[in-house]
Amino acid sequence: MRNPFVMQCGEFHVDYKQDMAIWKIARVRWRIVTIVALFALFPMVATDYVVGLATLCGIAGIGAIGLNILTGFTGQISIGVGAFLGVGGYTSAILTTKLGISFWIAFPLAGLITALVGALFGIPSLRLKGLYLAIATLAAQVIILFVISRWDSLTGGTAGLVLSRPQIGSFTFTSETSYYYLMFVVLLITIVFSLNLFRTRVGRAFIAVRDRDIAAEVMGIDLFKYKVLAFFVSSFFVGIAGALLGHYTMIVSPELYSISVSIEYLAMILVGGLGSVFGSLYGAVFITLMPVVLRSVVDVLSGTFPGLEAVLIGMKEVVFGVVIILFLVYEPDGLNKIWSNIKNYFRLWPFSYTK
Amino acid sequence: MAFFLQMLVTGIVVGSVYALVALGFVLIYKSSDAINFAQGEFLLIGTYVCLTLVASYNVPFIAALLLALAFSALLGWSVEKVVLRPFIGKPVISMIMATIGLSSVLAGIVHIIWGHETRVYPPVFSEKPLQFGEVIIAPVYAWSFVIVMIWLIIFTLFFKYSRFGIAMRATADDQQAALSMGISVKTIFAIAWAIAAIVSAVGGVLLGNINGVNSSLSLIGLKVLPVAILGGLDSIPGAIIGGIFIGIIESMTGGYLDPLVGGGLKEVIPFVILVIILMVKPYGLFGKKEIERV
Repeated sequence: MRNPFVMQCGEFHVDYKQDMAIWKIARVRWRIVTIVALFALFPMVATDYVVGLATLCGIAGIGAIGLNILTGFTGQISIGVGAFLGVGGYTSAILTTKLGISFWIAFPLAGLITALVGALFGIPSLRLKGLYLAIATLAAQVIILFVISRWDSLTGGTAGLVLSRPQIGSFTFTSETSYYYLMFVVLLITIVFSLNLFRTRVGRAFIAVRDRDIAAEVMGIDLFKYKVLAFFVSSFFVGIAGALLGHYTMIVSPELYSISVSIEYLAMILVGGLGSVFGSLYGAVFITLMPVVLRSVVDVLSGTFPGLEAVLIGMKEVVFGVVIILFLVYEPDGLNKIWSNIKNYFRLWPFSYTK
Repeated sequence: MAFFLQMLVTGIVVGSVYALVALGFVLIYKSSDAINFAQGEFLLIGTYVCLTLVASYNVPFIAALLLALAFSALLGWSVEKVVLRPFIGKPVISMIMATIGLSSVLAGIVHIIWGHETRVYPPVFSEKPLQFGEVIIAPVYAWSFVIVMIWLIIFTLFFKYSRFGIAMRATADDQQAALSMGISVKTIFAIAWAIAAIVSAVGGVLLGNINGVNSSLSLIGLKVLPVAILGGLDSIPGAIIGGIFIGIIESMTGGYLDPLVGGGLKEVIPFVILVIILMVKPYGLFGKKEIERV
């Protein structure tokens, strides 16, 4: 009998083109189509609350893929994602509410403007790397948030701005399900784009910069160009995620984009797997759902241990930190590696000693 | 002129506290090539322990301070052993994320134990302001400055003459050479973390005396990062000069520019200066330039 878990037999590559293919064999194609179809059909059976959570996970996934392009693939640590999300959200908010531009134009513009701001803060990256660059992006976070909360006439100051949901013709994306589909389409485009990015010249150059930038430069890669480009591409997706999030929650205000958001996004790509597109998604889902799960655990336990509610926020922080440290120590390659280990186990079963 | 001098003095005092906390960053970076994003939480825990001893158990201030310092040293020591030890030699991002995770854990513990509301120290220093010509200084500022200076002198002497201080300098210079001379690099790392926790706790107690204590005090940890970077992450004099420089700039901005823009610029200006300095001198004012070979 054929083992149903054997997924990738029949891989006989004879040229590079086959080796680099995303859909290597027909079976993989069917599997991917099935998974996409399942996610597309899922809101039909789920409650609004679950669909809403899934939307948040998806939006976080877009942002996490963006950050992973910069940090996981190009090796430039950024502690400023929170602020770049803010730039995206605010750009879309200002364009749609103050200037009355349609969401469908404001949305890509939000990505573009965030990309420009990101590239601007990426300029020091030529001379800085590692810790120093991380601190420079931390400075970006602080400075951008300051501008946002002080430029009252444009951003509404600390009160923020109220947005509306996007609409096509007379149809408005008010329901959870419709917004889920909007997010889903953007997420699919992001995934396809970033999967393909790392098969192109530019993506390969990013990876070369990460692995050893000086060697890359010796081989003729223009470091400055590719480092700034990485900031640009990464910030574009972060900005898109910010705009989507802004129109979903229908409010933007400075405290939504604090440094703890930046840290959450870093945690996502770390828990998911640095330098992995799907890892970013797993991490985004994990980190987004963690407080929700913790909340329900506390709800169950608070019958037995009264007073647990009061320490919920503190507990969240402790669990968050412990998860990060445990992943770093025991599985630095993240959920993506765990998942591929599981797949390998079944693929090789019952000959688990083969590698 | 009096206003200018007043701002200058305030800046120097606050800056000297920054310098002390920045010393913690520098020590850890010098010994183990990591930046400790949990420095702010070390500061907070030390401050809260001291406050609890003083306010709830009526321990005399000096004794409480010493106990809090001992506790901080133990905390820094054990954190290095338990959390950071697996990350020696790992990529920068692992180090950064490990200390960020650590800071989240410590912040959570602080929230669980001490809650969120601001508490104040019972008056430790006399409240009668000192008058120097036109400049008025609160005794708590004067004492803070004196205490910080004493600590900085102690550490300078410690690094120059003590056995451990010399061993730390050797380790920072070349870990392998230090190992082959019989220095236990692991012990040095642990000591570096313990000292970093101690200096943070001192800084925290002083700032707590000036402004009161709540969990946002840990943000000082982030604010002091520009100080450490400005001076150069591996330079102790850099930390001191950077600290005082940032303190003065911040105080001047608070005095002269904040009224013009409506406040808040004071918090941002260290980061703006940081970006400018990094563009010109990527390794800070006194940092050692790393030479890379392919």
